[in-house]
Amino acid sequence: MAAENIFAHVKRALIAAVWLAFLTAPIMVIRVDTVEKTVTWRWMHLAYMAAGSFLLALVWYIMLERRDRGKANKDAEGNVKESALARGFADPKLVKPMLAFGFVAAVAFPWIFSMYQTNILVSALIYVVLGLGLNITVGLAGLLDLGYVAFYAVGAYTYALLNHHFDLGFWTVLPMGAIMGAFFGLLLGFPVLRLRGDYLAIVTLGFGQIIRLVLENWSDFSFGPSGIANIDRPGLFGIPYSVEQATTYIYYIMLGLVMLTIFVTARLKDSRIGRAWLALREDEIACQAMGIDNTRAKLMAFALGATLASLMGVVFAAKTTFVNPASFTFMESAMILAIVVLGGMGSVVGVILGAFLLMLLPEYMRAFSEYRMLLFGATMIVIMVFMPKGLVRAKRKIYKINAETAG
Amino acid sequence: MAQTDTAQAPDGAVLSVHNMSMNFGGLRALSEVDLEVRQGEVVALIGPNGAGKTTFFNCITGIYTPSEGDVFAYPRSGKKRRVNGMRTNLVCELGMARTFQNIRLFPSMTALENVMIGRHCRTKTGILGAILRGPGTRREEQMVVDSSYELLKKVGLEKMANEYSRNLPYGAQRRLEIARALATEPFLLLLDEPAAGMNPQETLELKEMVIRIREEFKVSVLLIEHDMKMVMSLSDRIYVMEYGRVISTGTPKEVGEDPQVIRAYLGEESDA
Ligand SMILES: Nc1ncnc2c1ncn2[C@@H]1O[C@H](COP(=O)(O)OP(=O)(O)OP(=O)(O)O)[C@@H](O)[C@H]1O
Ligand SMILES: [Mg+2]
Repeated sequence: MAAENIFAHVKRALIAAVWLAFLTAPIMVIRVDTVEKTVTWRWMHLAYMAAGSFLLALVWYIMLERRDRGKANKDAEGNVKESALARGFADPKLVKPMLAFGFVAAVAFPWIFSMYQTNILVSALIYVVLGLGLNITVGLAGLLDLGYVAFYAVGAYTYALLNHHFDLGFWTVLPMGAIMGAFFGLLLGFPVLRLRGDYLAIVTLGFGQIIRLVLENWSDFSFGPSGIANIDRPGLFGIPYSVEQATTYIYYIMLGLVMLTIFVTARLKDSRIGRAWLALREDEIACQAMGIDNTRAKLMAFALGATLASLMGVVFAAKTTFVNPASFTFMESAMILAIVVLGGMGSVVGVILGAFLLMLLPEYMRAFSEYRMLLFGATMIVIMVFMPKGLVRAKRKIYKINAETAG
Repeated sequence: MAQTDTAQAPDGAVLSVHNMSMNFGGLRALSEVDLEVRQGEVVALIGPNGAGKTTFFNCITGIYTPSEGDVFAYPRSGKKRRVNGMRTNLVCELGMARTFQNIRLFPSMTALENVMIGRHCRTKTGILGAILRGPGTRREEQMVVDSSYELLKKVGLEKMANEYSRNLPYGAQRRLEIARALATEPFLLLLDEPAAGMNPQETLELKEMVIRIREEFKVSVLLIEHDMKMVMSLSDRIYVMEYGRVISTGTPKEVGEDPQVIRAYLGEESDA
């Protein structure tokens, strides 16, 4: 790196540090004790602030420059270099053992780790499926859905209400939840067929809020903010089991559902339907002009995404045995969207990684107590700045051509 | 309602447009346009910038609904169909496939996949089929791959089959758009300025390609083009458009000698 570059970075970092120190001076320096009625001036804090932000800014600028330089090199070569992560997932020699190890580890997990850990992992798995579901709508079909959590709520309340009123069991409601999800997906899909981009985002955002507000205020139907308690856990052929065993049981159910979802989304991605979704995302007019029924493709994407969310809602209700509208706020939608974007839009592996990262990171950062969300936010920013396509860049399939036609 | 009768068009037309007009608010982009393309013909639509050529394409492919007039298509099935206001994807399914003036490929799909999209309306794997991937689905999928690859070979892009279409050179992107349109098995190919941005050599190759495609796929071609050399040597008939009206029509020779056309292109002395 050239010397003048370093000099420029130092200068910019210095300016940033001075500016930040100046801005934060009142809160960092002055401390008013209202009981003793004294004011302490902690001038040293100003120095810490300036030094800390100077170092951070310097590292940041240098990293940004390295990133841009890397990008320029790639452009010259004409093809994009894969991240080490993506290459690891693509190497066939590594994939099989990795999958086998992952599977064994996943099956053994509840026997090795505590119930607490298993519970966390179940939550993470739920978000894996939610992420993969939203990945169909947003990542593949390019329909920005900010109200995705509504379908999660639909599933949860489908099970909660049917269980409360009619005593229906988990396994009976699971398929019904899927159907309800698909139905609500279409319900949202029809009115927004002509919208896209920002407009679509706003309407779906509204849809999510409507569902939550209805659940909160229509007390006769949904029991309002107090929610529904004592929902049955999944039945196991009538065999009674303890709370600990329930966690393990639900964990295995989730493991099955996750594998099913991965299978389904991976197959769809490189199918006639998946290609139509991608074309829809890339250029709606060209897509339609090439004979693809946009309406059908959109409705399918909405319905399928919603089905998966609704399934997870049913599992969620059975896992916590309690649902109320507070679990289905916009924050959840934003979180699931973050999983998709951070993981890599359209990439199945990426979304799975994203879900684990975003769900487990805050959990294990509890040690940092009040700085937890700050660190979490910082991590997200760093990933998005340095890996704008997400952890794993979605790749298209390389097709084999039949020898006879190619010859 | 769409199929008014089953008779073939009397003079072998595959597309006939009568009295078509298109208004955008107060702006009359097309007025009373009559145009006909017959089986196996290459017809050119020319005219100065803003004459309404692209608007004409948009009107006959369902992207806009014409304000007045009739558009009839005579697909291979032989049934006369009224195309006005038909949905864009159904027009394509009927057999009228187009390319775009400002290339509209699917940038983060490979060249092969772009062509495979064209096969969409001729195949039928549904969600369930795609998930289960039974023998029928696999066979169909392989057929889509093979036939798309064949088409890439026809336009000379087989070496770039697995490249992202955004990474292809400009001329290759134009040819890829043609391959994608051909994949929908059209009876009429609509090309909007296919030679735009190409050098003379590429333009010449394109011309030969269009001739080959017409023979091999038995398609009729309607093309918008500004390159006069190409238009004059390629087309059987030419329509000249100015301010949304057809001001002249005939063989290249007739049109080239029409004083109206010369005026439209060179401008009148008195106007200057
Ligand atoms: N959607 C629209 N709304 C309003 N006006 C439009 C619209 N589309 C086209 N026009 C107008 O219609 C006229 C014809 O445009 P068109 O794009 O068809 O011209 P063209 O013959 O294809 O020109 P070029 O050779 O530059 O491609 C122009 O004046 C244009 O501004
Ligand atoms: Mg045009």
